[in-house]
Amino acid sequence: MSTLTSSASENGLHFTSERWNNFDPTPWLKKWSLEADWVGLRMISEISQSRTVRNEKPEAIKWNLEEGLLIEVMKNGHIGYAGTSSQTPDGLNSAFQAALVVTRLSSKWKVANLPLSVRPNSEGSYHTPIEWKLDRWSLAQMTDFLMAACKAMKVGPEISQTLAEVTLTSTRSRYASSLGNAIDQSFLFTTMNFQATAQDGTETQRRSANGPVSRCFQGGLEWLNAEALIEKCAVIGQEALQLLKAENCPTGSRDTIIAPDQMYLQIHESIGHPLELDRILGDERNYAGWSFVKPTDFGNLQYGSPLMNVTFDPAVPGEFATYNFDDCGNPSKREYLIKDGKLLRGLGSLESQHRSKLPGVANFRTASWNRAPIDRMANINVEAGTTKLAEMISNMEKGIYIEANVSWSIDDYRDKFQFGCEFGRLIENGKLTKVVKNPNYRGRTLDFWRSLAAVGTQDEWEIYGSPFCGKGEPSQVIRVGHGSPPCLFKNLEVFGG
Amino acid sequence: MNNETWVPSIKSYWRDLTDFVFSLREDGEEITLNLNGEHSLYVRINSSQVRQTTGVDQKALEVVFQRDRRRVSLQFDLSMDQASDKNLLERILAQARAETAAIPEDPFVVSFKNNGRSEQDFSGQFPPLDEILRNLTEETKGSDFTGFLAMGPVIRANRNHLGQDHWFSSNQFFIDYSLFTVNVDGENKAVKSNYSGRKWNSTEFQKNYKHAFDQLQKLKKANHSLKPGEYRTYLAPGAVSELVHMLSWNGLSLGAYKKGTSAFAQLYEGKQKLSPLFSVRENFELGLSPAFNSLGEVAPAVLPLVEGGELKNFLVSTRTSQEAGVPSNFSDINGWGQEYMRSPEVMPGTLDDSDVLKKLGTGLYLSQLHYCNWSHVLSARVTGMTRYACFWVEGGEIVAPIKDLRFDDTLFRVFGSSLEALTSHSVVEPVIDTYWQRRIGGSRLPGALLSGFQMVL
Repeated sequence: MSTLTSSASENGLHFTSERWNNFDPTPWLKKWSLEADWVGLRMISEISQSRTVRNEKPEAIKWNLEEGLLIEVMKNGHIGYAGTSSQTPDGLNSAFQAALVVTRLSSKWKVANLPLSVRPNSEGSYHTPIEWKLDRWSLAQMTDFLMAACKAMKVGPEISQTLAEVTLTSTRSRYASSLGNAIDQSFLFTTMNFQATAQDGTETQRRSANGPVSRCFQGGLEWLNAEALIEKCAVIGQEALQLLKAENCPTGSRDTIIAPDQMYLQIHESIGHPLELDRILGDERNYAGWSFVKPTDFGNLQYGSPLMNVTFDPAVPGEFATYNFDDCGNPSKREYLIKDGKLLRGLGSLESQHRSKLPGVANFRTASWNRAPIDRMANINVEAGTTKLAEMISNMEKGIYIEANVSWSIDDYRDKFQFGCEFGRLIENGKLTKVVKNPNYRGRTLDFWRSLAAVGTQDEWEIYGSPFCGKGEPSQVIRVGHGSPPCLFKNLEVFGG
Repeated sequence: MNNETWVPSIKSYWRDLTDFVFSLREDGEEITLNLNGEHSLYVRINSSQVRQTTGVDQKALEVVFQRDRRRVSLQFDLSMDQASDKNLLERILAQARAETAAIPEDPFVVSFKNNGRSEQDFSGQFPPLDEILRNLTEETKGSDFTGFLAMGPVIRANRNHLGQDHWFSSNQFFIDYSLFTVNVDGENKAVKSNYSGRKWNSTEFQKNYKHAFDQLQKLKKANHSLKPGEYRTYLAPGAVSELVHMLSWNGLSLGAYKKGTSAFAQLYEGKQKLSPLFSVRENFELGLSPAFNSLGEVAPAVLPLVEGGELKNFLVSTRTSQEAGVPSNFSDINGWGQEYMRSPEVMPGTLDDSDVLKKLGTGLYLSQLHYCNWSHVLSARVTGMTRYACFWVEGGEIVAPIKDLRFDDTLFRVFGSSLEALTSHSVVEPVIDTYWQRRIGGSRLPGALLSGFQMVL
């Protein structure tokens, strides 16, 4: 049934399993399509390694191999799923029969009569461009790098903890169907986290490289530029000490410049989620929530100021959620979601577009072989503007500049939000002045985006992401990317700890 | 394969495969194996119609390998093809040996012990799927029923090379659901409920649904508008649950305390107090989850954490115990490296459910909270939103539903200076988390009457 291979670089950072990569779907499709109106098979093999060093000592090394098959069955205009890791004929047939029986039975009460056009017959591939492959570093080199990063952050006795971690994930996803789909996509994801905690008595402050989980990229070890990262780690340590001695963020209404490493989560929570068409259709109401956006808002709602331009862009090199096809085989392409502040398009797959009659994108995505695809974000970006950060600061009499997320919360309609950040600096009379700790802000989505007063330039545009966007029943996490320059918002309600 | 044969077949395969791994062990090597499995049917309902169904046949085997005080864990999904799984296990062991040869010593590594044996299998009883789906669709029409059914067996197992051997399986279900309506202001309103167990009884489900449907009618009135400020508040058990679960995230973990990120550091150091009315404990006697952890260690059946407002115990894993030099209470560590509550119980008080509105007088009745997060962890300050059936109460009577509000308050007030009473009746809430796999367990919680709760937006 399966063939195992070993590569020359085994037992390093490079470890492979071909158990599902070598699986031939053709005979199974031929057999199973006799009983169903359509059958799709997704073969997923994902190998991730996570390495954590704390205080220059190894904390954890974890490998996870997620390998399995997601069977999709269409019967009576309804699509059902079964995921299995079993590769025995009995296991495979049993999973198919389970999908078929439940799909046929539940089609009596289906939410929509889906046409076959929601599974376009497509062929193609995508492979993450990789400059430095995983065999470039040995296990010992990786460990040495993480220990050096911790050492660089330990800039004083008040630094009570340093943490450095890297996760490398190789994913291959193949898709075949009874109508001839043949899609082969492979990805390499590199994520990292560097953080220093400073303590003095009961006061504790944490400073990290752009937030604990935001440095998420697609690509190889070229993202781990050791020299530059260790320099950055030294800065992180120094800034943790600055925070320890800093005053609390002031309370009140202030013009606020939000750095790209906080903008990413603001985009995620207050643009991405409310625009998901499955939320608008009510699928998520029992768990993640609904949306304040109504179907009639598309083409009409002034979501933000005229400076606000937001795209779904699955083709940005290095951004976390770049791909050529979504998980129903729909070819992906860049689309404006919001242009000049006006809402144009939702984040909805072909199924949601069919149900809602609204424009969408190629965003039907599954976390793994054991979850059905649903409407997800991918790369959702605020497009660059024309105002340099330096110009925003120099034109500001009294404001604040804030970086890196600590805390986030938003209601189930994606309206009332509150975010906490790591690092703030006051802006007084056109200059960055003292550091403030615990910068928090809260607001309401439309008021917030309508107060957008300046957008940074392309050379200030940065990409971040998250591996943990949670949603769905059963729940699943998905990788998302968000790019933005620094942005200025007028009269934001800010407060300290 | 049906649910009745699935568990025995996995048990047999697990034993064969783990014996194989132990046969490959070399001198000086320590090996613990964990199995997390499920044979689930997931059904997603939107407005009394089926949106998606997913069957999941999943068996994740984790190999925890130690040598020379170095540790690595490797997990993979079983293919149930013996040759393939054994071949992969051989390669995994080779990788583990290479890893442990390349890293420095881990000073806090926990040497494995034989913590005994246990075996529990709980069977389930379900009518034909057709009957269950009919319960959830045709019999809920008109209430905008939207929910999530998860059913089938789940497995947790652990063995190590020293003979430790634990097995737990349970064939169980939950339906977590919401009913929606629109009030006279044109605003969406909803109630939340769930039904869970090991035996599906259509009559019991219908009773559960009828109760939620009756509650929904109260939400049809016009909203009562409220400004940010402090209000007397009753938190129903569902709302208490959201706040108590924050204690599993930088709360009662000794590891978090040692890293300077525990919300209860000030409680431990005597700088803050909680109410003498407030006690929370780990209680495995609830029978909702196995007492053994991922090292196969068996936790005490009952472990007081906060008793009469005083911190009695942090949750301490053996790894943290080695670092901190204190005894372990065999807690487990979550994916974020912190000890967490696996079977929490907040002790009930004396307030009768029938007296809640009268004692509240004028204020907020909050059935659920949503999206809680620390707004300042060191002062145990939490922010979040109200959700579902939340009402304005005047003179002991429900007046009207409210619009959702954002709160931001500290647990030192919520479970401390503001806590007036806890209800005498507690509710068992099943875990409904299905990220990566179906979780098992649950909690038991009363409602809480507060003299004040801070709303900010």
